[in-house]
Amino acid sequence: MSLLEIENLSLVIGATPILKGVELTVSPGEVVGLVGESGSGKSMTALTIMQLLPHLARAEGRVTFDGIDILRATEDQMCALRGDDIGMVFQEPMTALNPVKTIGEQVAEGIRWHTKAGRAEGEDRARKILDRVGLPEAKFPLSRYPHELSGGQRQRVVIAIACALKPKLLIADEPTTALDVVLQAQILDLLRDLVRENRMGLLLISHDLAVVTEMADRLTILRNGEVTDAGETARTLSEQQHPYTRELALASMHLPARPKPHLAGSAKPLLEVEGVVRDYPGQRMSLFRPAQPIRAVDDVSLTIEPAQSVALVGRSGCGKSTLARMILALDKPTAGTIRFRGEAITGKAEAELKPARRDMQVVFQDPYGSFDPRQKVEKLVAEPLHLLLKQPTQAERREMVAHALDEVGLGPRDMDKYPHEFSGGQRQRLSIARAIITRPKLVVADEPVSALDVSIRAQILDLFAELNQKLGIAYLFITHDLTVARAMADEVLVMHEGKIVERGRTADMLDHPRSEPARALVAAVPDLHRAIARKMQEQG
Amino acid sequence: MTAYLLKRLIIAALTLVLASMVVFAIMEVLPGDPARLMLGLNASADQVELLRNQMGLNAPLVLRYLHWAGGLLRLDFGRSYTYSVPVIDLVRERVAVSLPLALIALALSTIIAIPVGVFSASRQGRAGDTLAMGAAQLGVAVPNFWFALILIYLFAVWLHLVPAGGFPGWNAGIWPALKSLILPAVALALPQAAILGRVARSALIEVLNEDYIRTARAKGLPYRAVLWRHGLRNAMIPVLTILGLQFAFLLAGTIIIENVFYLPGLGRLIFQAITQRDLIVVESIVMLLVAAVILINLLVDFSYAIVDPRLRGRQ
Repeated sequence: MSLLEIENLSLVIGATPILKGVELTVSPGEVVGLVGESGSGKSMTALTIMQLLPHLARAEGRVTFDGIDILRATEDQMCALRGDDIGMVFQEPMTALNPVKTIGEQVAEGIRWHTKAGRAEGEDRARKILDRVGLPEAKFPLSRYPHELSGGQRQRVVIAIACALKPKLLIADEPTTALDVVLQAQILDLLRDLVRENRMGLLLISHDLAVVTEMADRLTILRNGEVTDAGETARTLSEQQHPYTRELALASMHLPARPKPHLAGSAKPLLEVEGVVRDYPGQRMSLFRPAQPIRAVDDVSLTIEPAQSVALVGRSGCGKSTLARMILALDKPTAGTIRFRGEAITGKAEAELKPARRDMQVVFQDPYGSFDPRQKVEKLVAEPLHLLLKQPTQAERREMVAHALDEVGLGPRDMDKYPHEFSGGQRQRLSIARAIITRPKLVVADEPVSALDVSIRAQILDLFAELNQKLGIAYLFITHDLTVARAMADEVLVMHEGKIVERGRTADMLDHPRSEPARALVAAVPDLHRAIARKMQEQG
Repeated sequence: MTAYLLKRLIIAALTLVLASMVVFAIMEVLPGDPARLMLGLNASADQVELLRNQMGLNAPLVLRYLHWAGGLLRLDFGRSYTYSVPVIDLVRERVAVSLPLALIALALSTIIAIPVGVFSASRQGRAGDTLAMGAAQLGVAVPNFWFALILIYLFAVWLHLVPAGGFPGWNAGIWPALKSLILPAVALALPQAAILGRVARSALIEVLNEDYIRTARAKGLPYRAVLWRHGLRNAMIPVLTILGLQFAFLLAGTIIIENVFYLPGLGRLIFQAITQRDLIVVESIVMLLVAAVILINLLVDFSYAIVDPRLRGRQ
């Protein structure tokens, strides 16, 4: 018998239908993947099982967990289930823990609440489960606060909270989306082991088809609140009977066409970074000893040629964003020089930087956070125009904005809209339009597609490739996602602990990484082809 | 932790020194000669000059500042020009009224505001919340002296539960003294509670939308437990900030209420001293209040560190 059975589940929030007739089952010891793009209703399905839906939500249908009718259960019954028989892990480890309580308190709290255990016993059990998830007490005492842990360590604490009482079902909602690939692989391994040890059912929610394929026995694909495809992972993905399944799989593996790849050594370098170092003041350990500085970027040198596309890859915290900020002259190096078109930009006053800024623009990760919500698109996209030598007239300005919008696939009528009227992918197009309006020679893109759904991600990558071919823009992609590097870059630089440890042509480097950090990165990347092949073997 | 506290302590001490210089300088440039004021209009120039020498008013500026500041450190504020008694005695009498009054008002305001804030935040947008916040709006809008008059009419004139005004002194016994402070404390506390309640509500609503509240709910804790255990402590920082400001206000800003209830508090003393040009009393009380405000801020800073481990730095 199934542990969790969802039959004909419909959900309405206010007057908006969110889920329509969703069917899903999870058996003990089984991993079921729930895949879909943002807004498809994945998280709402999870919250329905937990009965943690927003106020105005109304659910209909049947959700049965271990014989209990969830939709008709009282709040007291649900409190008894949550954290005991059903555990849940959330997407954002940085904010999922209470900042003012120690990790020991937070793990022990649920244990003590459900088992009525005393403080000592609760802490004892908390110690055991934290040890199990890879946070041994010798290095991570119970008295640690969340802010003293890294993102991956915090996610382990959240998993410890969810698995402390050996739940029958664990719901993991995008548990690794906010982590870098190496951490992602570690967390997925941990989840896999916990499933095996406790015969736990795991409902793994993700937008990443490759991750789900590696993990899941069966998968369910959700689109606009409806199940479009479901079945054994290997068969569903190899046969791809449903067009949407095929679409997702293709988008996940999409490589944009770049008919004229850049040939290295063909021109004078556009950007030269020489021996750049960036120190941050460290934490003072004693009043009488000066603090040891923390070296975020350590003697980095690199060059980018015109129209070349370079990817700077590395794990979170390796210093790649700090380096990008210095290249953009938003931060000053402690030592070393950065030259753009042969001219040093380090140590220059803001006014002297204008020409460099005009030819060097940036695209950020978050298409939601990087626009002022109270300004119209015309003004937002025209922002960099103040860098031009000759200020355009009102009419010229509109003309330029319209042209930039056209280049990124938006229409001139979008000029008079506000950012909230656009979807995530369209907003990323807007930020690209803003970046190219001054006809820059170099665009620095910091994780430009990691907040986007796969199909939109494919479109945005195509757009980047097209602009590179058409306008000859050079790119520096900052990413922890090697698939972006493979799709977009002529060359890949691997950064590790502030240093560049490897540099090479994309295909060579990604297929034959030489340094240890590069090998770790490459090995951790979930690959859909490989995952499907492995599942085919397992599932026959 | 120690580094954080030490840093705050040093900042507080420096602020105090700076403030004393500013207070001293302001009193220097104010017009009016205390010696002439004490001797009256008929005194001769020689007499005034003699007294000025006696009072040390002719010494160089820096010396006079050091002498004055040194006195402050020994709690020797000098003698009042008008009453001819040590300022410290005057102040001590008044603080014995103002400090308990401020503390009672602060305690009342907190006791009312926190539960109201929690109640409103947990019922955001529903009838109970609307009602509570409507009442709070009214509490902020109504002037406290008018409210004080209504309290006097109700509880003193009509019900005869407490005296309508005056202060019998602590020698008359604790209960009679407390009784005469209850109404003024309530009158002071309500508007403060209204402000504090609104702050607590909005801080808590913000916290309740945080991810860790959902984590706590997913542990199986009932909503109420989540609210008190995980919500309130995280909402404390803005509440503590307002609380600190209110305490500083309650210590000296209560002159209207003191007048309504005929209470011999600090506010009335400073008002009288100003009208009588008793500069040394004004100076002393201002310094005392500055010190009190700095101390309160220091306590608020310390309490931040207790509430939020992120402010303590690494141990």
